[in-house]
Amino acid sequence: MYLPDFEYYAPATLAEACELLAKLGPKAKVLAGGTDVLSKMKQEQLSLEALVSIKKLDELTEIKSNGKGVVIGARATHNSLIDAPALQEKYPSICNAAKQMANNQIRNTGTVGGNCVNAVPSADLPPLFIALGAEVKLVGTSGERVVPLEDFFTGPNETVIKPDEILTEFIFKDQPFTGSNYLKFSLRRSGALAVAGVATAVVMDGDVCKEARIVMGAVAPTPLRAKEAEEILKGQKVTDELLEEAGNRAAAECKPISDLRGSEEYRRDLVRVLTKRSLRKSISEGHV
Amino acid sequence: MQAIVDQSGIKYYVVTLNVNGGSYTKIVRANTLLVNALREELDLTGTKKGCELGDCGACTVLLDGKPVNSCLVLAVEADGREITTIEGLDKEGKLDKLQESFIENTAIQCGYCTPGMILSGKALLESNPNPTEHEVRRAIAGNLCRCTGYVNIVKAIMAAADKQ
Ligand SMILES: Cc1cc2nc3c(=O)[nH]c(=O)nc-3n(C[C@H](O)[C@H](O)[C@H](O)COP(=O)(O)OP(=O)(O)OC[C@H]3O[C@@H](n4cnc5c(N)ncnc54)[C@H](O)[C@@H]3O)c2cc1C
Ligand code: FES
Ligand code: FES
Repeated sequence: MYLPDFEYYAPATLAEACELLAKLGPKAKVLAGGTDVLSKMKQEQLSLEALVSIKKLDELTEIKSNGKGVVIGARATHNSLIDAPALQEKYPSICNAAKQMANNQIRNTGTVGGNCVNAVPSADLPPLFIALGAEVKLVGTSGERVVPLEDFFTGPNETVIKPDEILTEFIFKDQPFTGSNYLKFSLRRSGALAVAGVATAVVMDGDVCKEARIVMGAVAPTPLRAKEAEEILKGQKVTDELLEEAGNRAAAECKPISDLRGSEEYRRDLVRVLTKRSLRKSISEGHV
Repeated sequence: MQAIVDQSGIKYYVVTLNVNGGSYTKIVRANTLLVNALREELDLTGTKKGCELGDCGACTVLLDGKPVNSCLVLAVEADGREITTIEGLDKEGKLDKLQESFIENTAIQCGYCTPGMILSGKALLESNPNPTEHEVRRAIAGNLCRCTGYVNIVKAIMAAADKQ
């Protein structure tokens, strides 16, 4: 299996990279870990004239706390999320979401930025990132902008990113969340995409749920918030019946398709169960 | 990294591949995969190709000490980085403890998965000298074996850890 021909660039600065992308147009793409873009090119699912490698932009690999929250560089690999002290301290839920991804080799190469810009509905990180209120910084030739990750995805393989823009970082501003996690169901424990995934983040005050975010993956064209289910929980004392109701509502809100990994009905039922389980964990176990 | 254009307009890159302690200057194309550079340019055919899509781990090499699938890495991206292949594990003709352990525990049948398995196991033992069985299984989850059923492979890695 060989790769078709393309031009290769490895600019030394972010500004140079954006200028190159602007000059080359939509037939060029960023090369981060390459686990997605190279396999698509090999399988002729994607035809490109150029790849602009961001391997020299080492500043994009940082994961740090900055007093106002946590910032994750777009080129951080999945394994570097697992090992990052800033995340282990604040959001171990992100470390655990990364642990559920792919296999060790892919986690050593695949990046957080690639996982999002890819915009595959089954991608594992976006649901939890959205639940935790992440924003993305996009840098292009005409400046930079910050977009909530929730508004980033527009469809399968489609996002708001412009051809000359590079996603540089994920910003997690401090929020009052008391717990969060991501639960994934896949057909094997390793190297398998999600049949369905649910992330939740909650703000608890004693046994009252002040706020809840529920984000579902692999059950709609983009990661999807179960807003009605979130409403059911808001300001309520948590009971088994309430969680049951939230699970049922989320199952009704998702828009799954049937494919080789699971039927629509099966996915809805997974969402019902995963929502309940994920909420229960967020409520009682913190960020896990 | 220097680029050269030949008479017919085809572009090549001069890369430095630091493999198994040696440094090699090679001329590759933008679309040359690391696995092909190792096998075809450096004659290091211990690194195998299976799925070529990141699923099977037959092409596993260590890049700066970490296991990666060399079928999904461009040779130009590996320029200047440290690469270890299965050929780099023995020292002065003596097999690595992990290689010996694979032989002692009959962890090899056809042998196709073995280079990748051993490199994944080696990277694990470097960072975690006393892994649990669960940690061993997680470390080799990206290496598929069609022959052994994994039991002896896990045993071999655990046994090598005990001997360290
Ligand atoms: C065997 C295997 C198993 C996998 N398992 C999982 C899994 O369990 N869960 C999961 O979610 N995914 C999985 N994946 C998919 C993939 O590995 C991940 O989505 C990975 O995070 C992609 O990152 P990358 O750096 O390799 O992306 P690349 O292939 O380098 O890029 C992907 C896309 O994003 C663009 N891009 C990347 N970075 C940027 C940036 N900073 N700015 C702008 N554009 C950018 C590229 O141009 C390209 O279009 C798997 C893939 C394989 C091969
Ligand atoms: S050949 Fe590279 S993972 Fe299968
Ligand atoms: S020994 Fe044959 S594939 Fe593993």
